[in-house]
Amino acid sequence: MSFDTAFMLSTLPAFLKAVGVTLQVGLLAIFTSLLVAVANAAILVFRTPYLWRLVKGYVELARNTPLLIQLFFVYFALPSLGVKISGFGAAIITMTFMGGAYLTEVLRAGVEAVPRAQLESGRSIGLSEGQLLRHVILPQASILSLPALFATFVFLLKETTVVSAVAVPEILYTTKNYIALYYKTYEMLAVLTLLCVLIFLPLSLLLRYLERRLQHGQYGV
Amino acid sequence: MSALIEFQGFNKFFGEQQVLEQIDLQVQAGEVVVILGPSGCGKSTLLRCLNGLEQAHSGSLRLDGKELLAPGTDWRQVRQRVGMVFQSYHLFGHMSVLDNLLLGPLKVQKRERGEAQAQAEALLARVGLLDKRDVFPRQLSGGQQQRIAIVRSLCMNPEVMLFDEVTAALDPEMVKEVLQVIQGLAREGMTLLIVTHEMAFARAVADRIVFMEAGRILEQNPPERFFTQPQSARAQQFLEKFSFVESLPKTLHKELS
Ligand SMILES: Nc1ncnc2c1ncn2[C@@H]1O[C@H](COP(=O)(O)OP(=O)(O)OP(=O)(O)O)[C@@H](O)[C@H]1O
Ligand SMILES: [Mg+2]
Repeated sequence: MSFDTAFMLSTLPAFLKAVGVTLQVGLLAIFTSLLVAVANAAILVFRTPYLWRLVKGYVELARNTPLLIQLFFVYFALPSLGVKISGFGAAIITMTFMGGAYLTEVLRAGVEAVPRAQLESGRSIGLSEGQLLRHVILPQASILSLPALFATFVFLLKETTVVSAVAVPEILYTTKNYIALYYKTYEMLAVLTLLCVLIFLPLSLLLRYLERRLQHGQYGV
Repeated sequence: MSALIEFQGFNKFFGEQQVLEQIDLQVQAGEVVVILGPSGCGKSTLLRCLNGLEQAHSGSLRLDGKELLAPGTDWRQVRQRVGMVFQSYHLFGHMSVLDNLLLGPLKVQKRERGEAQAQAEALLARVGLLDKRDVFPRQLSGGQQQRIAIVRSLCMNPEVMLFDEVTAALDPEMVKEVLQVIQGLAREGMTLLIVTHEMAFARAVADRIVFMEAGRILEQNPPERFFTQPQSARAQQFLEKFSFVESLPKTLHKELS
């Protein structure tokens, strides 16, 4: 078996574009997921009547169904209900649906990890509940949930490969395309693996660095 | 003169369990009251009720003549007048010492930064920790953190301070530095309610000892009388557990002064 490096190089521009798409889908989905999660976590933390159960149900549903099936539902089932949607749109909606659920749990856990004593300590100097949230709970909860938050970000970024199933031209889709067109299976899988390592490994390392910083840093709670 | 703090027929339940039963306790302004009693007798709960961290069940609790158990009590207002220091300090870990001290004065009392900071620094200097102004709590020893926690309460200019076993979590060599700060406050005439297991300190600092057992106040007496002639059998048993009680006071009294 010969390894066609010249061919590999010729695909580089296409793959660079694909990396762009992966990052675009991933980062956009992380952002929208965070918005969903902040709102949901607030509902859970304050136990907003009725809505609270709804959020719980959503979190369980989204975390216990495969992303691929969620994606197919959005991409194929929604149009039959009269909602037209692009592959990219379906990708973002689905990733947000799942990412929002995971991040909701991360944020909720962060808030609950703030020791009760910190709340009493804040109340004992006369802070209002709003001031307590702003000056004590949120800062500490963000520190406490940062490692899990970043881990979930990396997880979401990796999950973007699933959206290749609805023809979003990210790295896996591009790989499959080249394999189908030119039968250069090994070369293309090598490129894909290399790209994955290049994208995700630095992120994981950054993640581990952050965790260490937080555990030993002076800001820890 | 009417009392600054007045519990009357005060009851508190946790579920079915009654943890405070018919508490009658008056504290005059400037008085130093030390509450003693075996573990679980309700000492912490008593202090926490006074600070609104626990809700009373029935009875009466007045601060400066004003009924606190009436609906519509502004507990945030009360907490500015009644400071509380906890066993495990509970400083805000994500803030520098100075930010810990200024949070209340700036956000709750809306005071001017320059003035509040000048007070905070003066108080820090007084407890010997001005050089720790910009560090974070986790960089401090337990005794240092506890002194900062006391200063954090003092920065609110409270009339009363509640101390709940503030030396119980400390290594022995740090106990003294914290007790000295409290004794300083007592000398200045601040109203103090102190829960402690430091008998020698209790004897030295208290104007009155309140002995509790199983949610009730069994006796209230001046320290000399309580330590030498406890009225109730329970108090006698309690004191016998601290067998060193006879030998210690004189020396420690001197040391603390
Ligand atoms: N949040 C709570 N829920 C239920 N029971 C409680 C709660 N807090 C305290 N208790 C109970 O109330 C009783 C009095 O507790 P409290 O903490 O006031 O005792 P204490 O005198 O301070 O004891 P210690 O010397 O051990 O600190 C105990 O029996 C305790 O188990
Ligand atoms: Mg206690």
